[in-house]
This record gives sequence, C-alpha cells and structure tokens, in this order.
Amino acid sequence: MPIMTDLHTELKASIIEQLNLEDMEVSDIENDEPLFGDGLGLDSIDALELIVLLEKDYGIKLTDPKKGREIFESINKMADFIEANRTK
Amino acid sequence: MANLGVEHWVRIKNERIILDGEVIFSSEVDIARFLKASFKFLNIKYPKFHKMDRLSKLGFIASEIVLKNNNIDEETALVFSNNSSSLDSDQNYQESVKDFPSPSLFVYTLPNIVLGEISIRHQLKSENVFFIEDEFNANLLIDYSKQLIESKKANKVLCAWLNLHNDEYDVFLWLSSESHKKEASEEQIRKIYDADYD
Repeated sequence: MPIMTDLHTELKASIIEQLNLEDMEVSDIENDEPLFGDGLGLDSIDALELIVLLEKDYGIKLTDPKKGREIFESINKMADFIEANRTK
Repeated sequence: MANLGVEHWVRIKNERIILDGEVIFSSEVDIARFLKASFKFLNIKYPKFHKMDRLSKLGFIASEIVLKNNNIDEETALVFSNNSSSLDSDQNYQESVKDFPSPSLFVYTLPNIVLGEISIRHQLKSENVFFIEDEFNANLLIDYSKQLIESKKANKVLCAWLNLHNDEYDVFLWLSSESHKKEASEEQIRKIYDADYD
C-alpha cells in the first residue's frame, strides 16, 4: 500500500496549479511516476517553476539547480526532500 | 511583383470567431473564459496550450482554425504585427517580480514567442517576423509577404494582426499564397479587417 501523506496531496495540487496542468487532477498523478520525460511531460521551464515553488512554499533555496534532476524525479522524492529540508 | 491571394482568413474580436465571413463561434464571457471555450471548441488535445500566455493563445487559436483544412509545408512563413507588443505578459511578469519572479511568465515577455508556438505546433522551419506598428498596416504585411514569396523563401505566408491590450483582443489572420481565390490587395484586406460581420 503506497504511503499518501497530506504533503503528497498538497504537492500534487500545487504542481497542477503552478504549472497550469489543465484537465489534470490530484488522483491522476502517481507518487512514484516520473514528473519529467514520459511521465507528466514537464519541461525545463516547469523545472524552474518547481524551484520557485520549493522556496515560496517551503523556504528551501536550491543553490545547485543540477540537484533538481534527483529531487524532482517523482512526488515521493520531492516530498522526502521537503520533509528533510523545509524551513516553513 | 507577385499577385497574392487570400486562401482563408479568421477574425477574433468582441467574443466572436469569424471564419471567411461566417461566425463560427461566440461566447460572451471575459477573455480568460473566452480563450478556454475557444480552445474547447477546437476539439484538439494540446496540453501546452494551457501554459501559453494570452497573446500566444489567441495566435494559436486563430492559426489552428485557418490551417485546419489547409495543406501547408514547413516553409510557410509567419508575418505578424500588433500595437501592444507583449505588454499583457510584461505586466503580469512585473507583478510576479514583487513576490517571486515567475520563469513561465518571463518566457512570454516577447511578442514573437507566439511565432515559436505556432511553428512548433505546425512544425514550421520558416522565416518569421513580428512588427510593432501604431495600427493595423495591411500594406506592410502584404509587401513583406510578397518579398518572401518572390525571393522563394516561402510558398505561403500566414499574416496576422494580433493585438491584446487591457483584456481587449483584436485578431485578423489570413493565409496568403500566389494561387488565390480572392486578390489580397491592400484595399481588400483593409475591407475584411474593418467589416462588422453582424
């Protein structure tokens, strides 16, 4: 049974809103689904928006954008990173 | 000089879409809802549409309608113009700067981004240009198109006046080529632009 926390749901809702993923609902995004490439099909501008989202909502400043590749791999990875580093 | 004709044209203004003189869609709502409803009317799947700025959405919808039943090749050129440049997106971006600058708004702070969006959608690898003019200047668009066709840089040209300012949109887009049904003289083009279509 996959672990689904409030943070996972909150993240999915934020991503849908922030990245204008019209016609998509929270339940459409799997926790371990790749966000880029074949998964949600996000692009490089979306990656920058996710960096902004981390800072705005969770007070995490990503100094090395290259780390994004790992952090933004899936909702699970993002949630783990946020839990470990959030300042708000 | 080449004698250019209009294959098809579209007007988007006052909550209506007119194709070749006939109203094909209308929805008396604000611009955001109008764009959404127009996209739904097109009945296509293209998630990227929802990420575009409003100027690009207008250009996308207009070109989609005109090119729907038209065969164009990758050399089809784009010659666009307007008065307000990308001011609508510039202002939105400026607003976001007060909080967190938005990368996705920033990428639309140029008027010619819409040309890129249309080129990606229709896989064009052609000449394109976006003029900023005080008002609709048919002569400029016609002359530039003629030059492109005469110099063999394009067989067809998608011309447009694509303006958006203070939520008011004024779009006139037409497909121009040498094989014509209707001569695209400055007077003819001006007449289509000025008509009310009530």
